[in-house]
Amino acid sequence: MPPLSRWFIKTALLYLVATFVTGVLAVLDPPLQAIPGSGRLAIIYYHLFMLGWVSQLIFGVANWMFPVRSREAPRGNEQVGWASYGLLNGGLALLLIGEMLRAASSGPAALWLIVLAYLALLLAGLAFVLNTWGRIKGH
Amino acid sequence: MPALTRVAVRAALIYLVLGFTFGGLLLSNKGVPFAAALWRLRPAHIEFLFVGWMVQFALGIAHWIIPRFRGGDFGRTELAWLALGLLNAGILLLAFGPLLGLGGWAQAVGRALEAGAAVSYGVYIWPRVRPR
Repeated sequence: MPPLSRWFIKTALLYLVATFVTGVLAVLDPPLQAIPGSGRLAIIYYHLFMLGWVSQLIFGVANWMFPVRSREAPRGNEQVGWASYGLLNGGLALLLIGEMLRAASSGPAALWLIVLAYLALLLAGLAFVLNTWGRIKGH
Repeated sequence: MPALTRVAVRAALIYLVLGFTFGGLLLSNKGVPFAAALWRLRPAHIEFLFVGWMVQFALGIAHWIIPRFRGGDFGRTELAWLALGLLNAGILLLAFGPLLGLGGWAQAVGRALEAGAAVSYGVYIWPRVRPR
């Protein structure tokens, strides 16, 4: 299994744990009010699950198992692959921080973090599609 | 990689980009509000990522990697193609029904189309889920 796939899959497993921990907190915290910004936990839960776990696992397995693009570049452009990993996880981190900050305060920093998260996640998706499209082939 | 897998995976990747784009517009609009009407993209964002990306990708890959019959035969592939057609019709109806002002009936029909896709794909793939 190539290094990039190992990173995607191991990170996805960490996000799976984080998803379920967030799910527990989302249920427990409303009566306790112990976590600032816990009103955003439900939306964070869904994004951890869909992006951190499901999409990241698919990215890793597809990078490993899809037909090779060519002998010279079997998995497409490695740098674009690593960029999709960095952007996906950077974007997710920004999204989580932005959502928590937004719930805890009304300053502009949280808003701009959320916009930056959008850009990073969109670029992550585009990088993955760009690197994978040419590997969808018969032989 | 067989033709049905190529079609399903490419469609899934298109939904991934569209789903991320819609989600990004929703997030940005939440960060720096610029168009309240963008909130109407939320059903499309959810449907494209949950069903268009995740479910369709899984169905396409399952068609490719689940054991085939003797001689490499896939079985009744017309059912798998029907499933893809129903699934995508359902996704589009559920995503764009609210934008087009279609009533609750569109949601019901969309979900029924997706259920039909699940039945059709299940009948197709069931006999291939076996020991080699």
